[in-house]
Amino acid sequence: MHVKEVHIPLTDEVVADLHTGDHVSLSGKLYTVGDRAHKRLVQYIGQGKQLPFSLANQVVYYVVATPAPPGRIVGSSGPTTATRMDCYTPALLAQGLKGVVGKGYRSAEVAQAMREHRAVYFGAVCGVAAFLSQYIKNLRLAAFPGLGAEAVYEYTVVDFPVVVINDIHGGDLHLEGRKAYAVTQDD
Amino acid sequence: MRTIDAATVTEVVAGLCEEASFVLEQNVHSAFQRAYQEEISPLSKDVLAQILANSAIAAENRLPICQDTGIILVLIELGQDVHVSGGSLYAAINQGVRNASQKCYLRKSIVNDPIERTNTKDNTPAVIHCRIVDGDRLKISLMPKSAGSENVSTVKVLNPADGWPGIKKFVLETVDQAGPNPCPPVIVGLGIGGTMEKAALLAKEALFRPIGRKNPTETITHLEDELLDAVNKLGIGSMSRGGRITALAVHIEVFATHMSSLPVAVNLLCCAARYKTTEI
Repeated sequence: MHVKEVHIPLTDEVVADLHTGDHVSLSGKLYTVGDRAHKRLVQYIGQGKQLPFSLANQVVYYVVATPAPPGRIVGSSGPTTATRMDCYTPALLAQGLKGVVGKGYRSAEVAQAMREHRAVYFGAVCGVAAFLSQYIKNLRLAAFPGLGAEAVYEYTVVDFPVVVINDIHGGDLHLEGRKAYAVTQDD
Repeated sequence: MRTIDAATVTEVVAGLCEEASFVLEQNVHSAFQRAYQEEISPLSKDVLAQILANSAIAAENRLPICQDTGIILVLIELGQDVHVSGGSLYAAINQGVRNASQKCYLRKSIVNDPIERTNTKDNTPAVIHCRIVDGDRLKISLMPKSAGSENVSTVKVLNPADGWPGIKKFVLETVDQAGPNPCPPVIVGLGIGGTMEKAALLAKEALFRPIGRKNPTETITHLEDELLDAVNKLGIGSMSRGGRITALAVHIEVFATHMSSLPVAVNLLCCAARYKTTEI
């Protein structure tokens, strides 16, 4: 299995070289942004306020992790449904966001906005949160401490395993994968 | 009359909640091992390898299998010769959920009200369904149910004329449209009959049946096989990356219904297929 090693911050060149179905190992910073943190960020953007951290060339991870037990950096941390973030994503892309890590469908509008902003949708496996936590080496509170578990944390990840779902060339693994393996029904 | 102390119920529920959050049932783990062997799509096979690795890591390190530690669903079968003493049964169950959420570092995912949405910070209240049965036992089945798979589950009252072809079409549409969102491979719980909420409850109960155990009625067994085959022909695969295994199992439960009704409910269970049952 060929795996592309990708370092964050992302560049346009790296993004252009990523294609639907590619296995990618991500290293660098991931910002955890769940529903409420998204709402807060989009409010800041709407009011013209400076964001607590820069989104330029960064990657956000759709997750609200379990609390870290004593002696561990994080608890279990796997992706949540990207579909719920569709209403917020274009505003973040306009700030220079280059990638998102999540699971589930994206709307056609978001997929198009991501192509226009040259950003990639990476899929992580959901339901394997204990496994994924192994790749998170450090954690720092980045914004909105009042949101508790739903605050924005900056993860330092090494070789975090993802697959390219939507690339900037129009590929969509959720559609293409299904076409490749569907079998004609009897009736 | 047999007496069961409410404190015992609390302890047992906390234990079920802990085990279900950290350890996949053996029948589920084995089903993923078989799926890994059978899957021909490399992208889906990679997902299945991660699911198997996660199962081992979570169990060994006592970590939640999934960050969504769910809404705690509890099905109770209360023998009519049982008397719960020393407190209310429902309060005892919720105390067990509260204790496990604290002790096991589960995520606090429950909001007090669907509109106002303030987090209760202890994963209570659990969703509890209680059925009175014969005997002097108390059976507790617990499932930490993820939102991803619950959010794409469906209920519809069909026309009796739609029959089995209509039911099959409804199930396939549900799984097809859900695509990656319920985190496949899923277990499909299908409830047919009764009334609208009875069908939904049957679908939920069907998810607790161990994989490999078929519905005892032969005609229903055949329908389960037919539907599993049809679901897997959709090609969705693991996490909708394309593949031949979209569901590990289809479990059907049926109940009598009105001559003018055909209620159907499809409840999907994600690949973090967590549940645990015991009897006091």
